[in-house]
Amino acid sequence: MLLSLAQSALPIAIGGIEKRFGGVSVLHDLGLDVAAGEFLTLLGPSGSGKTTLLMILAGFVRANAGSIKVGGEEIITMPPHRRNIGMVFQNYALFPHMNVFHNIAFPLKQRRVSAAETAERVERALDLVQLKGLGERRVDQLSGGQRQRVALARAIVFEPRIVLMDEPLSALDKSLREHMQIELRNLHRRLGMTTVYVTHDQREAITMSDRIAVMNAGRIEQIDQPEVLYARPQTKFVAGFIGESSFIPVECRNGSVWYEDRKLRMTTAPPSAGRHLMVVRPEKLRLINGEQTGDVNALPAIVGDVIYQGDSFVCYATLKDGRHVTLRDYCRSDVLAKLPAPGEPITLGIDAQDVVLVADQ
Amino acid sequence: MSVASASLDHAGRPYGAINADALAADARREARGLLALLSPGLILVFAVIVVPIGWLFWLSLFDEAGQLSAANYARFFEQASYIKTFVTTFKVAFTVTGACVLFGYPLAYMLSQLPRRAAGICLIFVILPFWTSVLVRTYAWLVILQRKGLVNTWLMDLGVIGQPLPLANNFTGVVIGMTHIMLPFLVLPLYASMKTIDVDCLRAGMNLGASPAATFRQIFLPLSFPGLASGVVIVFVLCLGFFVTPALMGGGKVIMWAMRMEQTTSLYSNWGAGAALGVVLLAVTLALLGLFQRLLGARTTGVWSSR
Repeated sequence: MLLSLAQSALPIAIGGIEKRFGGVSVLHDLGLDVAAGEFLTLLGPSGSGKTTLLMILAGFVRANAGSIKVGGEEIITMPPHRRNIGMVFQNYALFPHMNVFHNIAFPLKQRRVSAAETAERVERALDLVQLKGLGERRVDQLSGGQRQRVALARAIVFEPRIVLMDEPLSALDKSLREHMQIELRNLHRRLGMTTVYVTHDQREAITMSDRIAVMNAGRIEQIDQPEVLYARPQTKFVAGFIGESSFIPVECRNGSVWYEDRKLRMTTAPPSAGRHLMVVRPEKLRLINGEQTGDVNALPAIVGDVIYQGDSFVCYATLKDGRHVTLRDYCRSDVLAKLPAPGEPITLGIDAQDVVLVADQ
Repeated sequence: MSVASASLDHAGRPYGAINADALAADARREARGLLALLSPGLILVFAVIVVPIGWLFWLSLFDEAGQLSAANYARFFEQASYIKTFVTTFKVAFTVTGACVLFGYPLAYMLSQLPRRAAGICLIFVILPFWTSVLVRTYAWLVILQRKGLVNTWLMDLGVIGQPLPLANNFTGVVIGMTHIMLPFLVLPLYASMKTIDVDCLRAGMNLGASPAATFRQIFLPLSFPGLASGVVIVFVLCLGFFVTPALMGGGKVIMWAMRMEQTTSLYSNWGAGAALGVVLLAVTLALLGLFQRLLGARTTGVWSSR
C-alpha cells in the first residue's frame, strides 16, 4: 500500500503557464514535462519563478493562463484540497497543536480512513522516515531533522499522485542537509513517486535529481540530466549557475572557431558564425609543459596565485588578453612537484572534447 | 570526609577550595546588589497592592459597631438582594463576553487576513474608542438607544415597529453599552495571536485534503485559541467589576457588584460591608482566573485531539 506509490505515480504535463503579479511577468509561457516517477528539480536563483511555479502546481497561486495535466487530467482550476498532491514546505508547516501521530494522520482523517487503518499507515510512514515510536511526541519536542521527516511522512502517507518539495532542507545545518539529501533520494528510489523539488542549491540539485530544470527570470533555460547540464551547458547562465566557470571569448568564422589567432580543436560541430564564449571549468584545465600531445588546445597564461587546499590546489592565472581563469587539480605527488610559482608563464591545456561554447549574451 | 587524607595544594589547603571563600563572598555581594536594584519595585508592589488589600480584608472583619465579627460575610447568605446582585453580575459578564466573542472573532479574523496597510488603518478604528471617555461613550449609547432615541425614532418612522423598543435602562442596554466598551479588549489579543498563525500551516491543511472550512475548523480555530482565551479572560474579569456603564444604562434596574459596593459605602457608610464585597469579588475573580488557567492551559499546551 504505502510502498506501492510507483504504480500510482503519474506524469505531469505543464504548458503555457503565464503568471503576472501586478503587471510584472513572473512566469512566461512556461512548459515542462515530468515523467511518472521522476525526480525533477527546479533550480534557480531567488526571483527566478521556481517557487511560484510550485505554488501554481499545488494550487495556492492562480496562474493567468496555462495548463497542468496530471496523468492526462487537467487540474489548473481544481482547488488545492482536491488535487491529491503531497507537499513538503520550507518551514515544514507542521501543525503545532497536534502531536506527530495526528500530524501524519491528518490527511487520512480528511479522507475518512478508518481508525485502525490510519494507525497502521501512520506507523508504517513513521517507520519509513525512521521515526518509529515518536508518534506521541509534540512537534516542539522534535529536532529540525525530525520535523523534516514528519513533514515528509505527512506528505506521502496518503499516497499522493505527486510530491512537491519547496527547499525542504534549507533550514538544516550542512551535515544534516547532506545526510537528508541521500535519505530523500533513497526514499524516492524506494517509493518512486513523481517528485518536483525546488532549490537554489546547485549541489543539492545535482546530488538528488533525475533531471534538473534551470530557471532564470521566469523561463526554463535548460532541462537535462545533471551530468549533461554540467558537461554541456547551453547558455551562459546555466554554465555560470551550475559549477564554477570562466568564460573565454571566441569567434566562429569560415566554419571553424578561433581564440585570438589559434584555431580551436573541438569534437562538436562549430556553431553559427559570430562571437561566442568558451566555458572553462577549473577541473577541465591542466598544466601542460611545452609539448602538446593529441587533441589539446593550449592557452598561454601567467600564474597569479596558487592556493594549496589539502586535497587539491587552485591556480589563478591570467590569459594574454587579461582574462582570469581558474585551474583546479588534485594534489598528486607528481603534480605537487611541478606546482608553478606566481608570476611564472605557463601553458594551460583543455581537451578538444571538453570545449563547450555558449552564446555571448 | 577527611581533609587530612585529601591532597593539598602548595599553600597547604585541600584542592577544590581555592578561592572558595572569596567566590562565596562575591556571590553574596551580587545577590545583595540585585536585591537593592529590585527594592523600588518591591516597595511599590507592597505599598499599592499588599497594604490596601490587607487593609480591605481587615476592614471587612468588623461590623458597624466596630466589633470583630463575620456578619459582613454572613450577610451574603442571609439577604436575597446580595445573591441577586451576584447572579446579575455574572449574567451580565457572561452575556457581554459571549457578545464580544460573537462580534470580535470575525472582526479579528478579517483584520488578520487584510493586507498589512489596510489592517493598520482598520486597527486604528478598533483602538479609537479607547481614547474617548467611557462616560461619554455610555451617554452616547443612551442617546441612541433610549425611548425617543435615534434607533427607536428611525424604526418607528420607517414603520417597522409601533411601540418603542425597550433598549435602554434595562439589561439589554447594559449589555449593548458594555459590549461596545469591552470589544477591543477581546479583539486586540485575538488579532495578535491570529497574526502569528503560519500561512503555510493553512496551506498544508488544504494540501493534505482539508476543505477551506475544515482547515479553518481543524487548524485556524485551535491555533487562535490562546488569543481567544486571553481575550475572554480579560473581558470577563473586567465585566465583573464594571461600574459606569451598568450604572447609567441599567436605569437602576440592573444592579451589579461594583454598584452595590458604591451604595454600601457612600449611601450607608458601611465600610465593613463594602470591604467584604470587595474581598468576595477579588476572591471570585482569582478563583475564575485559576480555573481558566487550568482549563485553557491544558487545552493550549496539550495535544488537541479531535477524535
